[in-house]
Amino acid sequence: MNQSAWKRKDLIGLRDLSKEEIELILDTAASFSEVSQRSVKKVPALRGKTVVNLFLEPSTRTRMSFELAEKRLSADTLGMTGSVSSMTKGESLRDTAQNIEALKVDLIVMRHPSSGAAYRLSQYTSKGVVNAGDGINEHPTQALIDIFTIRELKKNVKGLKIVYLGDILHSRVARSNIWGLTKLGAQVVVCGPKTLIPKGIEELGVKVEHNPAKAVQDADAVTLLRIQLERQNESLFPSLREYSDTYGMNEKLFMRAKPDAILMHPGPVNRGVEIENSLADSPRSVILRQVTNGIAVRMAVLYLLSGAASIDGGGSHE
Amino acid sequence: MSNGLHRRQAKNLVIRNAHVVDPFHKINEVLELYIKNGKVQKWGKKVEAPADADVFDAKGLYLFPGFIDLQVHFRDPGFENKETIESGVQEAIAGGFAGCVTMPNTKPACDNEQVVKYQIDRGALSDFNIFPAGALTQGIGGQKIAEISEMKIAGAVAVTDGSSWLQDSGVARRAYEYATTYDLVVMSQAEDNRLSAAGVMNESVVSTRLGLRGRPGAAEDIAIARDLELARLTGCRLHLMSVSTKRAVEYIREAKQEGIAVTAQATPHHLMMTEDDFVTYDTNFKMSPPLRSVEDQKAILEGLKDGTIDVIGSDHSPHAAEEKDMDVEVAPDGVVGLTSYFGAVMTALYHGQKIPLTEIVRKMSLRPSEIIGKNKFGRLGEGELANFVLADLNHEWIFEKKHIFSKSKNSCFLGRKFKGKVFHNFVNGYHYDLLRV
Repeated sequence: MNQSAWKRKDLIGLRDLSKEEIELILDTAASFSEVSQRSVKKVPALRGKTVVNLFLEPSTRTRMSFELAEKRLSADTLGMTGSVSSMTKGESLRDTAQNIEALKVDLIVMRHPSSGAAYRLSQYTSKGVVNAGDGINEHPTQALIDIFTIRELKKNVKGLKIVYLGDILHSRVARSNIWGLTKLGAQVVVCGPKTLIPKGIEELGVKVEHNPAKAVQDADAVTLLRIQLERQNESLFPSLREYSDTYGMNEKLFMRAKPDAILMHPGPVNRGVEIENSLADSPRSVILRQVTNGIAVRMAVLYLLSGAASIDGGGSHE
Repeated sequence: MSNGLHRRQAKNLVIRNAHVVDPFHKINEVLELYIKNGKVQKWGKKVEAPADADVFDAKGLYLFPGFIDLQVHFRDPGFENKETIESGVQEAIAGGFAGCVTMPNTKPACDNEQVVKYQIDRGALSDFNIFPAGALTQGIGGQKIAEISEMKIAGAVAVTDGSSWLQDSGVARRAYEYATTYDLVVMSQAEDNRLSAAGVMNESVVSTRLGLRGRPGAAEDIAIARDLELARLTGCRLHLMSVSTKRAVEYIREAKQEGIAVTAQATPHHLMMTEDDFVTYDTNFKMSPPLRSVEDQKAILEGLKDGTIDVIGSDHSPHAAEEKDMDVEVAPDGVVGLTSYFGAVMTALYHGQKIPLTEIVRKMSLRPSEIIGKNKFGRLGEGELANFVLADLNHEWIFEKKHIFSKSKNSCFLGRKFKGKVFHNFVNGYHYDLLRV
C-alpha cells in the first residue's frame, strides 16, 4: 500500500484536504475493509505504537469504533473519557498536549466540545492528532465513512445528488461532508428550517432548500441528521412534533428520491423523530453498513498518520 | 522611579525643531518649547530659555498632545493576575498616553467612591492620570442605579456598565437620566448579548466555514439604535465605545445630524483587521465586539473620515496567558492594545487612508479629553504639566511581545509591521525615553 503520498501529521478536517488526499484515505480504507472479513481480524501495522483516545464529550459509538480500529492495527490504546468540565477544568489545551506528550504516546484521537480544539491541540504537540469531532466544526472520520459508503454502493461520487436533512447548524458531520463531497464533485443539498441552517452556507458550494419534498426529489443519497433533544429549549423549532411532521423522513417522502437511493444516518438515531421507525430498518437504509465501514476508515486514517511502512510490518519514517 | 521605564523630570528643557500638531490651538508647524519644573512655559518659532537649559533637538519628530484612551481595563482591584494599575500605567506610558479611562468591571466593581478614589490614587503613585469610569448600576448588575453623584465627587469622569450592556431599557432610561443630572457622559459598549450569546466571532460565511458560533452585527446595531433613542429621550450625553458595524455607523451619523449628543469610538484592531484574520482559531483574535466584515471595516474608516467617529480607543483588555490558552469557546474576549495603538493608527489612518494628521491627533487626544471634560489635556497648556509625545511617523518596526508592558501579552498585532512609533512621552512633567523600547 502506497502511503508516501500522505504528508500530514494530523487529520483535523476535510476542509484542509485535497481531493487526492481524500481519495488516498478512501483507497486505503478499501484495503483495510478486507481485514475485518478475516477470521483473525488483526494486522501488525501499529505494533508498538500507543494511541490515546481523549473523549472530552460523551461518545459511545465513535469511541468504540476508534478503539476497535486501533486494536485491529495492534496498537496499544489508552482511553480517557470525561467531560471538559470535570476532567480538564481550568486546564488549557497546551497543558493537555504537554501531559499527553509526556506519556510518550504516538497518536492522539480527540473529541472536544469546542470548535477548533483539535487544530489548536495539533499546534501544541508534535504527535499526530485525529479529530474525532470538535464542537460544531468538523467530524472528518465520520464524513470519510459516509463518502466511503456512498462510493462503495454508487461507485463514483461525482455528479450524485446528496441531501442532508435536519440540524445543519450544529452538525459537524454535515460540515465535514460538505467539504469532502463538494471536492469530489457531488451536488450537496442541505434542508431544514431557516433556524437550523448556518449563515452563508451557500458560499460553500451547497444548495439550500427548505422544502424537504423538493430537497429529496431525485436524490441519490439522503443523510438524516440527529436532532439533539436538548435543542428544543433553544427555541430553534417549536416542538419535536412539528419538526418530525415537517422534516422527519418517512416512506412517502423517501419515494421522491431515486429508486436506488440510500438512506444514511451518522447515529445515534432518534427513531420516530428524524426517521420513521420502519424506514430505519428497511433495505434502503445503510446505517449499519456505515458503522461497519467506520472501522476500516479509521484504521486507514490511523495507519496513514502513524507513518507505518506497511500493513504487515512495523517500521517508521517518523 | 515608580516603574520600569527610564524617566527624568523635565526641569529646565528646551525642545527645538519639533513639528507641533495641536488641533485645539490650530498649530501645525515646527516650533520650540520651553519646559520648567515639568511645566510648559511657552512655545513659539523661537523661545527664550535660560543659558543653562538642556536642549533637546527634535528634528524630524512630531509633537502631539498626550493620548487619552476612553476605554481600558486595568483590572485593579480584583484581577491582578491580568493587570494592575501599575503595570497598566507602564503599558500606557510606553504607548504615548497621558491618561486612561478605566472600565468599572473590577472586583469589587467600581460602583462606589472608594474604588474610584483607590484607582485615582494608584495612578497618582505612578504619576499617571487615571480617570475612572464608575458603574452605571450597582455591581454592574443592570438593576439598581449606582451611587453616581458620590462617584462623580470622588473623581469619576463617566459612567458605564462596560461590556455588560444594560439590557433593561427601563432601568437604562433612569440610569442615563440620573447620570445626566451630574453632567456625566454615559458610555455604552452596545451589544444585545441575548442575540449574540455563545458567539465566538462575527456571524457570516467565515464563522460557518470555521464551524464557530457567530455574533451577528445586528446585536450591535439594535443596541446602538436603542441607546440613541434613549439619548434622544433623556438628553444624556452618550459615548458609544468600540463601534464595529456598518449599520452602527449609519445610525450614529443620522443621530448626529439630528442633533443628538452622541460621540463614537473605534478601536485600532477594527481599523486594521477583519474576520478573515481569525482563521487559525487564535484566541488573540477573539474580542468584543468581534472583528467584522470588510464592508464593516470600510464603513468604520468612512465614519472616521467624515467625523461620525470621534475618537480611537484601544479597549485594552488584558487576559492571562493561561486564560487565553483555553479552547476558543471558553477563552475570554479581549486584546491588549496600548503599546500597539500608535503604530496601528498611523499605519492604518495616516499612511493607509491619508487622513490629515490634525484630524488623527484630534481623535487620539483632543476629542477624548473633551468628552470626559478634562480640558487641561489633549492640548498644550501654558503653565500646565507637560503631557505630550514626540513621534517618528515613518519609523518602520515589527510589533513583538517585548514591546508590551502589560502583564498580559494577548495582542492581535504580534508580528505585524507598523509605520510610526512614539519615541518620547512626557507625562505630568516627566520625560520617558522610549527609544530603546
